[in-house]
Amino acid sequence: MTANELNTPGYEIPDDLKDVVAITTLDKVYNFGRRSSIWPMMFGLACCAIEMIAAQASRYDLARFGMEVMRPSPRQADMMLVAGTVTKKMVPAIVRLYNQMPEPKYVVAMGACASGGGPFKEGYNVVAGIDKFLPVDVYIPGCPPTPQALVYGLIKLQEKIDKQSIKTVRWYQKGADSVETPIPFLGPDLIDPRRIPEIKAKAAELANPPAEAAN
Amino acid sequence: MTTPAVETLDLAAKFAGVTADTRPGYAGWIVPAEALTQFASFVRDELGYDLLSSLTAVDYLEQNQFEVVYHAYKTAGGPGLVFKVQIPRQDPAKVASVTPIWPGAEYQEREAYDLYGIIFENHPDLRRILMWEGFEGYPMRKDWKEAFYEEEAKPLKSRWPEGRHTLAETRVPFGDNVSFKPGFDPEKWTPTDPEELLYATLRKYTSETKDGITTDHVLVNMGPQHPSTHGVFRAVAMLDGEIVVSLKPVMGYLHRNHEKIGERNTFLQNMPYTDRLDYFNSMYNNWGYSLAVEKLLGVAVPERAEYLRVIMGELSRIQNHLILFGMLWNDLGAYFTPALYAFEERELILDIFEAVSGTRMMCNYHRFGGVSRDVDAASLEKIKGLVFERLPRRVEEMNRLLSENEIFVSRMKGIGYLSPEDSIAYSVTGPNLRAAGIPYDIRRADPYGIYDRFEFDIPVRHNSDLLDRYLIRMDEIQQSLRILRQALQQLPEGPVLTGKPQYQVKVPAGEAYGRVEAPKGELGYYVVSNGKGNPYRYHIRTPSFINITSLEKMCVGGKIADFVTILGMVDIVLGELDR
Amino acid sequence: MYGQGLLKGLSVTLKRYINTYVDDFKWWGKRYFNAEGIAHRSSKDANGIFTVQYPEEKLPTPEEFRYVPFLVYDEGANGEKNIRCTSCGICAKACPPQCIWIVRSSDPVTGRPVPQPAEFYIDADICMNCGFCAEYCPFDAIKMDHDYELASYGRNVFDKERLMKPASYYAQIRPLNNAREETARAEKAAAKAAKAAVTN
Repeated sequence: MTANELNTPGYEIPDDLKDVVAITTLDKVYNFGRRSSIWPMMFGLACCAIEMIAAQASRYDLARFGMEVMRPSPRQADMMLVAGTVTKKMVPAIVRLYNQMPEPKYVVAMGACASGGGPFKEGYNVVAGIDKFLPVDVYIPGCPPTPQALVYGLIKLQEKIDKQSIKTVRWYQKGADSVETPIPFLGPDLIDPRRIPEIKAKAAELANPPAEAAN
Repeated sequence: MTTPAVETLDLAAKFAGVTADTRPGYAGWIVPAEALTQFASFVRDELGYDLLSSLTAVDYLEQNQFEVVYHAYKTAGGPGLVFKVQIPRQDPAKVASVTPIWPGAEYQEREAYDLYGIIFENHPDLRRILMWEGFEGYPMRKDWKEAFYEEEAKPLKSRWPEGRHTLAETRVPFGDNVSFKPGFDPEKWTPTDPEELLYATLRKYTSETKDGITTDHVLVNMGPQHPSTHGVFRAVAMLDGEIVVSLKPVMGYLHRNHEKIGERNTFLQNMPYTDRLDYFNSMYNNWGYSLAVEKLLGVAVPERAEYLRVIMGELSRIQNHLILFGMLWNDLGAYFTPALYAFEERELILDIFEAVSGTRMMCNYHRFGGVSRDVDAASLEKIKGLVFERLPRRVEEMNRLLSENEIFVSRMKGIGYLSPEDSIAYSVTGPNLRAAGIPYDIRRADPYGIYDRFEFDIPVRHNSDLLDRYLIRMDEIQQSLRILRQALQQLPEGPVLTGKPQYQVKVPAGEAYGRVEAPKGELGYYVVSNGKGNPYRYHIRTPSFINITSLEKMCVGGKIADFVTILGMVDIVLGELDR
Repeated sequence: MYGQGLLKGLSVTLKRYINTYVDDFKWWGKRYFNAEGIAHRSSKDANGIFTVQYPEEKLPTPEEFRYVPFLVYDEGANGEKNIRCTSCGICAKACPPQCIWIVRSSDPVTGRPVPQPAEFYIDADICMNCGFCAEYCPFDAIKMDHDYELASYGRNVFDKERLMKPASYYAQIRPLNNAREETARAEKAAAKAAKAAVTN
């Protein structure tokens, strides 16, 4: 964002005050601050993580976007870059990490696997997309996305942040609490606590097929 | 090599009960289950097959039997020995463990137990390794179906000619990639802690009484989300102060079911999947797989393609080792400068891969009987520029930057020692084995491709500590550059693929084991074909998975801070560790 | 002397630091934001700052570069889109993760199959960019795209409309491949014509 953009609040400034005062909206300053210092969580799952590191490294240099500070601790991170295949064994840890991140927090699904399962979708230990558990802000297709494609996706995230307003964002609402996703657990297969009644009903139905199905 | 060729051995005469495997396309020996332990000792002690390369199981559903397949080699070089044990397909299916003879079999047996449910008797620590404890069923069995199962083999009929797009989720009863038994009630189900067995193995170390004083030990979990574990790897360590008393690696956090998917795929469809094993070295992964299938097909590779394979493979090795140095320094606390330098060279090498094969990382470059496309003149010039001018200079710079740094040397020297005998016993391969003084490199010991034409040395170091493991990789880069120089000068003109490109290959029935010296160690593919369009069994013997067997041995007695460096120098990559 | 190795290493970083400025001066004004400068920074002589400042600068994509596939159509004289795909299904069969779905169209009157796809889907969230579909397509109808700027705020399932791109676009991103395929097609057509002339 250039200084000029920051200084166009949509209000008419009297001629004699032009070049003397700058008026902007709180939203713009607030968004500018957030979008220019998105700290990603240092957290790589699979192949995409290597492209993520490449994007951090000398050639693509995410520091140009204020994203160079990779935090291994979720408490200090703003964005979770889900870079790689999410497996059933790993997903409880990912959800737990997400719950520990402070608001505002964003999730970027990097690559086909994180977006929708990818080439490994059919596998028995693979979660078909992290959006089954976490609210994803930006999806980046590709297997793996090149660093430039990743940077493009992060620019998209910045654009999204630019459109937000303090008045409407979730985390300043009255009574708003950090979004917590119930942590899935490992039983005979991965169990999502939100879907327990559904699973129970379906399994019961499979055990005693309804009469019309039996005919 | 003076080793006798394996065909001249008549084991049936030497060892009672052993019979030759006479199925068409198969080789090796069938050992009666009760004689396995004696036979394994005989093979190791009398015949000298000291390195157990691969251990895996095959589920022959029609014959109603499990087969456990062993591939043993000599570190002195020469062809290998294949032997198999057949056991009836029933629960419990039991076979004796070979861990007393080859400790390197430990994790491989655990894997076979996890995926096939075969119980290895006298195994020191038989737990599930890739899936979690409590997971329902043994997924690699032929009659076990995953939730998104559609058909036994690809191509799937639902895709054409009436292939309306549906999400897999909408086709399955539970609306997701999960399946439960009919009547399963998650509310009444009593959760069992999947970690319970893991902690039970460590409980015997919880306290210690020395000189009448009882000291409590501390249990520390590292990972799966940890900045120093190179991915989603987890280690559980029992500590006495800072000293590691016991350490158990926990894996499977990136278990992507390569083998199960590989059995559904056609032979060619597996090629891009191999890219995603060791995602630093897709060129080398392709090579191992094409080698195995080419053995079955009996197809020859044109000269130019052989040279291109060598060129791409060695470039891949160089960038792999450079990245390892960069990451090693990150682990040691020199945050990012060496890594940034290393990534510069890597980017330039990846530019070449991108121009030649189409993508930076997932090259998908090899085809059965050649490579997918020829290298153009501009890329060839770029490769020459790198090999003859830039890389020697930059590697030398890297060497100056790191190798003599006193802090670095003091953090590395004498740490993580593993004796040569243990290295062989734990089936360690690759640079780490050579750092223990054993000149075992498949490019020389069992040459594949055209490696027998080049002049190069197998660098050997003798201290078997972290510093030597680092230095040997520096040496290897030099040797790779030497091979590259020769290959670039000799590169002939000609076709790069035998026959027409075809997307479905008919592979004769039989088995083949293709192995290559990947940058991280021995990479092997065990492929069984039953004459159909897709492999009956597709097993990957990955260096990361088997080299990690020796991790505990290297860490115990050292400081926990050194664990990070030791793990870094094992050079694991999670894609192939968990597959 | 203790510390010599350290100093040796530091001299390397110092040299590289100084080189940054040397190279900047050498290439004064030409180093950034132009094709020549980018080529220099990704050549064997690259020295100093290595960064390519995406999105202002973009690395040139090599001809063989592949991202997700697209369907090629030939522009007719009146602006109609003549899709090359004959819905033979080879791409769907070759696809390793099976992310291609094709519905073959049939003539509404006779009910016989028409060599054109009625529907064509690629699930970009499954696609592994392997390039097999383009490699084994006998009609040069499906090709791998160079456009990697695909990030979106939702899932990506591409239908036929989204996948179709003109042949001129293909010729632009892959000039050499296109020329080679054009010649092969022309030869084939000529051979066919010659054969027809002989039989007549």
